[in-house]
Amino acid sequence: MTGGVCIGDVAQIPKGEGRTFAVAGRRVALFHTHSGEVFATQAECPHLQGPLADGLTGGATVICPLHERAYDLRTGQGLNGECTSLRVYPISLGTDGKIWLQIPG
Amino acid sequence: MGKEKLVVIGNGMAGARAVEEVLARGGGDRFDIVMFGHERYGNYNRIQLSNVLNGTQRPDDILINPLDWYVENGIRLHIGELVDGVDRAAKVVVSSSGIRQRYDKLLIATGSRAFIPPMTGAYLSGGRLKPGLFGYRSLSDCSAILDYVKNSRKVVTIGGGLLGLEAARAMMLLGAESHIVHLAGHLLEMQLDIAGGGILRKAIEQMGIHVHVKKLTTAVLGDDKVTGLVFKDGETLDCDMVIVAAGIKPNAEIGVRAGLTVERAIVVDDHMRSVDDPDVYAVGECAQHRGRVYGLVAPLWDQGKVFADHITRTNPSAAYHGSKLATKLKVMGIELASMGINDPSDERDEVIQFSEPKKGTYKKLIVRDGRLVGGILMGDISKAAYLMQAFDRDSPLPEERLSLLFDLGTPSQKITFDEMPVDAQVCNCNGVTKGAIAACVSSGKRNAPTVMDATRAGKGCGSCKGLVGELVAWLCGGELDEDPSVHYYVPCIPLRKPELVQAIREQGLKSVSAVFKALAGGVEDASSKPALASLLITIWHKEYEDERDARFINDRVHGNIQKDGTFSVVPGMPGGVCTPDELRRIADVAVKYDVPLVKVTGGQRIDLVGIPKDQLPGVWKDLGMPAGSAWGKSYRTCKSCIGSEFCRFGLGDSMGLARKIEKRFRGIDSPGKLKLATAGCPRNCSEALIKDVGAVAIGDGKWEIYVGGAGGSHVRKGDVLCVVESEDEVLRYTGRFMQYYRENAKYKERTYTFVERVGIERIRAVVIEDSEGIAKSLDAAMQASIDAAYDPWEEATAPKTANQFVSLIPAEGA
Repeated sequence: MTGGVCIGDVAQIPKGEGRTFAVAGRRVALFHTHSGEVFATQAECPHLQGPLADGLTGGATVICPLHERAYDLRTGQGLNGECTSLRVYPISLGTDGKIWLQIPG
Repeated sequence: MGKEKLVVIGNGMAGARAVEEVLARGGGDRFDIVMFGHERYGNYNRIQLSNVLNGTQRPDDILINPLDWYVENGIRLHIGELVDGVDRAAKVVVSSSGIRQRYDKLLIATGSRAFIPPMTGAYLSGGRLKPGLFGYRSLSDCSAILDYVKNSRKVVTIGGGLLGLEAARAMMLLGAESHIVHLAGHLLEMQLDIAGGGILRKAIEQMGIHVHVKKLTTAVLGDDKVTGLVFKDGETLDCDMVIVAAGIKPNAEIGVRAGLTVERAIVVDDHMRSVDDPDVYAVGECAQHRGRVYGLVAPLWDQGKVFADHITRTNPSAAYHGSKLATKLKVMGIELASMGINDPSDERDEVIQFSEPKKGTYKKLIVRDGRLVGGILMGDISKAAYLMQAFDRDSPLPEERLSLLFDLGTPSQKITFDEMPVDAQVCNCNGVTKGAIAACVSSGKRNAPTVMDATRAGKGCGSCKGLVGELVAWLCGGELDEDPSVHYYVPCIPLRKPELVQAIREQGLKSVSAVFKALAGGVEDASSKPALASLLITIWHKEYEDERDARFINDRVHGNIQKDGTFSVVPGMPGGVCTPDELRRIADVAVKYDVPLVKVTGGQRIDLVGIPKDQLPGVWKDLGMPAGSAWGKSYRTCKSCIGSEFCRFGLGDSMGLARKIEKRFRGIDSPGKLKLATAGCPRNCSEALIKDVGAVAIGDGKWEIYVGGAGGSHVRKGDVLCVVESEDEVLRYTGRFMQYYRENAKYKERTYTFVERVGIERIRAVVIEDSEGIAKSLDAAMQASIDAAYDPWEEATAPKTANQFVSLIPAEGA
């Protein structure tokens, strides 16, 4: 039912932080919020390739550590009035704490 | 009904802006839009080309509309396509590569190109410009210039107008010997009179640029590349590169080929429509309206609006009546405003003038019948907004002429903003009025950045940013529903710092998430986390419940993140002193980990730069030295000079004191970074006068303590806090000052701002004279923080979070 690629245990990502994963030949940033949600986006900031997983998160927002570009983790939408946005990947979290990621195409 | 085809020739500032205006009027429903651009980019801000040339901006930074914008708005853009024919009978345009595009309405916005004045030897036999000779008009000109200047020693810029001056400055900044050759008798003759031009020239020459006026260039020397110039007076000037910025030439040939009336440019009526064809329009520098061709952006915006109103039928009677030319600009760092005529031209004209050449200040107004007909402001342009408005609207001036040049007595801005009419233009580049900014502020945008994003004010050349900021502040401050969040410690909790501290203490909130839960309605705000973490550790010391996600990445992995995501490692090295053994270990680590860069820092330490996150623990272990805290908002380091130990002038043991200071305060968090220094004598080789805290030995065991100094983006000499008799006292008052700063400064407020805001007298009263009776508690709080401090590099062997130092985790199923 889950499909996609199994990333691993959600405990690999501390709450409120992000980590970068190598998934099927690409880099994906995963975020684990304090409320227990998990989000996946492209790993590098579209502005100047900052490592988003090293950013600050709050709720469903991440701020890139290099130049403070902010994005909505749910939609990937940029929050700085610019039109850039992040690619987001659909995610499912199994009852066993395993994260599954869908990579379309 | 099918859509009409609107074809736009030209994708520069005029063409793209005109299309934006059409879209803003719902023109996307009415027209299929096709654009042709000769350059291979989206649309960029030509005003900022000089920033690309001098290296402060990259080509990407000056893009106004990236290629995505065209896609999103359903515009078909042909880049790199030169349109060279228009068949008006068939209503078709033809590009050089053979694209034929039918149109219902045609907009010509081909702009202009650099005018290369006739000079013998400018061209090679094939008709190509001689290598080393460049026009200066486009991004590709910029990259060609930047490429060539690498191998050039001496560069001459022909043209002492705006563009030329900026080009000459960029060449100087790039390390070339830079010369300006100008035809007129003084620089910037369109904007300045002789006196103003003279003052400007002096300022420019002080920057190291050579200025030659009254020079007509007649020939370019060199067989296969530029080697010099010849002037009409017979003199020559050797050089290996020439930039021509001697004016522009409208790209109006397309109009000629289309059979339109072309004089200096394509002649248009008040609707910006060709006088020959109701379906063909022209805007920008390729258009001539009532005999005038404009080369500035503000008229171009006005023309774009009229065009859009007319073509979309939003306002079929929209008419352009010409623009009065008033500009505000920054030439080579010198602020300048200019409007109308530069010299009196009628015997009724009254001239009001002030000149202070030493300071580079020059003000001159020309008043006719009580109205402003011309003006120059240089150096101090604080009155520019009001005067430019008075000029533009032809409004009567106050009888008190002196007040036109200076703000007398009363707070100036308030009067200026009060006086400023609602439709006064604040941002000339994007045509944003005071009214538009006021509407934006009252719609809830309450700080300059959000107002600028929403209105685009300040997004052109950027010279009005300061004014926009002041106006927004004035608009917010002047209303009853002032947005108090600027005073909050963090924007998501409506409390000032002392109130927040009180709430945190009373409710016993010891972690950042507890604060969000109790005081912010459970809503986390990412950007507020580090500020709260910093505050909580100051309040609770050992009892603070550290949540690593509340820290900026630097404080999670104890290094400073670099642009490629690697980190820098700086071991502690108090006073810039280390042992040969430590030095050897640093070298061994650099070799073992193949560290890309080893650099001595400004704080007298050694920086190992470019270390991947995964290697940090290994590097720390192998170094066997404590962390230098070179990454966070915290005590950073204490520099020193050699002091009495070896220096023949030394009066105190500055190295020893630096060691004591570092041992005591290393690892102490603070609102902003704290950089300290000790100096063994008042010669101040260690720059103690411009440090957050500096101690200077003055003999007999005495030390002067300076606070609030700065030597970074802001430069400030510290204020003397006190003179003490011993090193122990230095430690005591330094700690007490730092604790007072920790408890009272805003987050990210450096001591130089804090000291000025609170006032050195007040700080001295509290810290030295104990006027508030809190000295003991400040000392105790600092001591508690010191006791709670630890070396974070110990986490090398005991990571605090899962995958703390892993930069890439393989997925289980991949």
